[in-house]
Amino acid sequence: METSFALTGKGYVIIAADTTAARSIVKMKVDADKIKVLSPHLLMSYSGEPGDTIQFAEYVERNIRLYQIRNLYALTPSAAASWIRRSLAESLRSRNPYAVNLLVGGYDTTSHQPHLYWIDYLGTMTEIPFGAHGYGSYFALSLLDRYHDPEASLEEGLSTLKRCINEVAKRLVVSPDRYTVKVVDKDGVREVEL
Amino acid sequence: MARRYDSRTTIFSPEGRLYQIEYAMEAISHAGTVIGILASDGVVLVAEKRVTGKLLDLSGAKEGGYGGSGEKIFLLNSNVIGGVAGLTADANSLVNYSRTAAQRHLLLYNQDIPVELLAQRLCDLKQGYTQFGGLRPFGVSLLYAGYDPHYRFQLYHSDPSGNYSGWKATCIGANSGTAQSLLKQEYKDDMKVKDAISLVLKTMSKTMDSTSLGSEKLEFATLMLDPKTNQPKARIYKPAEIDALLVAEGLVKKDEDTEMKAA
Repeated sequence: METSFALTGKGYVIIAADTTAARSIVKMKVDADKIKVLSPHLLMSYSGEPGDTIQFAEYVERNIRLYQIRNLYALTPSAAASWIRRSLAESLRSRNPYAVNLLVGGYDTTSHQPHLYWIDYLGTMTEIPFGAHGYGSYFALSLLDRYHDPEASLEEGLSTLKRCINEVAKRLVVSPDRYTVKVVDKDGVREVEL
Repeated sequence: MARRYDSRTTIFSPEGRLYQIEYAMEAISHAGTVIGILASDGVVLVAEKRVTGKLLDLSGAKEGGYGGSGEKIFLLNSNVIGGVAGLTADANSLVNYSRTAAQRHLLLYNQDIPVELLAQRLCDLKQGYTQFGGLRPFGVSLLYAGYDPHYRFQLYHSDPSGNYSGWKATCIGANSGTAQSLLKQEYKDDMKVKDAISLVLKTMSKTMDSTSLGSEKLEFATLMLDPKTNQPKARIYKPAEIDALLVAEGLVKKDEDTEMKAA
């Protein structure tokens, strides 16, 4: 089942999302990338109603890009997350709302701080040190609560993430077998292999 | 026949000029002067008030509000102050528009509007009046002194045509040419707010027609970072504070009557 994790550390945010695209009980695809790179220092993982997720993620991606083209600099993670939350909240109150859950993580190049935001389809937003969406969250959040360290190096952060992935693989009935993992820090965005 | 190309804003003259826009700029060159200087740790604005007189009730400026008499210098958003030159009524309308634009940005992005973006919003409006006919353009130039985390302290100028530009030190209104050349000579790149205050007042005293500087003729404001919160903080001086500043800078002409009485 769909699962995504994210955690912050010393100067970075890691976001991981499973790669399955399922319809009913069938896995249609096992290499879907569900983490969008919104700007040079901004990542967003998305999950929820298939179709809605891609439509909304592309809408967000294009609008964040448009702001960057118009103003020559990208939105800060906090401003981008606020805009995304508002878009979802407005969508929720329309005739056909998007059912999408997001994790928005970025590195603020003005204050040199990593930021992570948890957003759900009801337009709830909170800034968090770590978080998760989907069934995996029931197993991962207690682990993250125990092992998360805001001062941890990238290696330590990735090993905490591995704990979460292993626990989900061990306990969840229909656990995903692959994840994409992306990191954002002062040098920008990159994908890492676990 | 002389009026063929200047009765409507949207019609080019054969030489490719828009006369109504040029007339609007002319109107501004008779208005009270506004000078702005960018320093490394803040921005300074000073403005010359034209509406004065013994009978003008300024008690509101002394006590209430956030400082200033509401004629020349306005708080546009918590991170931007604006100085206006031109038709005051047009300016009030633009100030209201810019405050709305700033709040709309805050609602959408949960952050203060970047200074250049605020200038752009106003310029989009002003430009509209050079192209869509039947109406008169805004007879107002503005100076925007502001702060945002992207480019830190900034000073922008916009005119009735909808052009805007960023400056280290600039001036709008009457005698702006004189002030500009004074600023060009005296401006230094490593200026602090303290130095900028001296320069801006010195320049204003040389630019103004009247001989005496005083709070009844001046509005004054600074924008700096609050040392406690590290957030931008605008300070629009109240009349008593302006007088105190002028005394501290040694720019108050001594009143001969009081000198005589003292002797």
